Amino acid sequence: MKKKRWLLIPLALFLVLLGFLAVGLKRDPHEIPSPLVGKAAPNFSLPRLEAPEQRISPADFKGKVWLLNVWASWCVSCRDEHPVLVEFSRRNLVPLVGLDYKDTPAEAQAWLARFGNPYGMIAVDADGRIGIDYGVYGVPETYVIDKQGLIAHKHIGPLTPEVIEQEILPLIRKLST
Amino acid sequence: MRYLFTLLLAAACLVPVMAKEARPLAEDEAVEQRLIVIAQDLRCLVCQNESLAGSRAELAEDLRREVREQIRAGKSDQEIKDYLVARYGNFVLYRPPLEATTILLWVGPFVLLLGAAAGLLIHVRGRARQGDAPLDEAQRAQAEKLLADISTKGPQ
Repeated sequence: MKKKRWLLIPLALFLVLLGFLAVGLKRDPHEIPSPLVGKAAPNFSLPRLEAPEQRISPADFKGKVWLLNVWASWCVSCRDEHPVLVEFSRRNLVPLVGLDYKDTPAEAQAWLARFGNPYGMIAVDADGRIGIDYGVYGVPETYVIDKQGLIAHKHIGPLTPEVIEQEILPLIRKLST
Repeated sequence: MRYLFTLLLAAACLVPVMAKEARPLAEDEAVEQRLIVIAQDLRCLVCQNESLAGSRAELAEDLRREVREQIRAGKSDQEIKDYLVARYGNFVLYRPPLEATTILLWVGPFVLLLGAAAGLLIHVRGRARQGDAPLDEAQRAQAEKLLADISTKGPQ
């Protein structure tokens, strides 16, 4: 009888390992938690795509909940995300600001002309420096920024209708009150 | 004729000047050396199994540019790493610091080793305490028979 109990230990260890592997399977290794959540959105002053003589800065949105969506015309998954953003902007809930990451204005303009422009305004980050300040490592990425200018949430990868309904909208409602 | 010769000679002299000198790989050797040392300890976020020193991803190039500029600005290695950790988290470090969230990572292997060693010790001690199991009647008879066979016939 005593011998049989010993045999259970490897089995228990195996089950623990199985548990770790099962959790590992469900997690996306590309989703790295951002250290910026809860901190002030990094400042920038970038030219507007629509009007390069004007500049956009996070300070322009102080007192508002707003979304910063990092995208580029060369980004394939941005194309999947785009209809979701167009739909979101139709609801007119919060300002949706685009950060055109490492792109050329001409290509960005052509892309928007072809697929539609969901953004209230677009900041041009041609050399990707502001992207680095925001910890961008794969477009698209979306930041929810609260009234005090703190980053409340970062979504990595394309937004889907489910993500909008289950993560973004409840958070916007919570932050807006 | 002489005029033409002079012209040819002049043209010949121009050739080496026209050949472009091979540009040095790095503008500044010392900066590049430090960049490599720092970047080897940093992880590329796009291809996560590559270091920042070895990755050809575009983001890695941008980050190397950033590190290079900070080296030129006279920042220390620690300041440069802190700069990247503030933006990308401990994930960029191949050697994450000892913190509450990373304690399992650092201590885990030793806990496993100690656990395995303790298990082995208990097992070995338990077996030593038990000693050899005594033979029962039938086994003793069989053993005696085998020994008797060997002593009469010799080993086969």
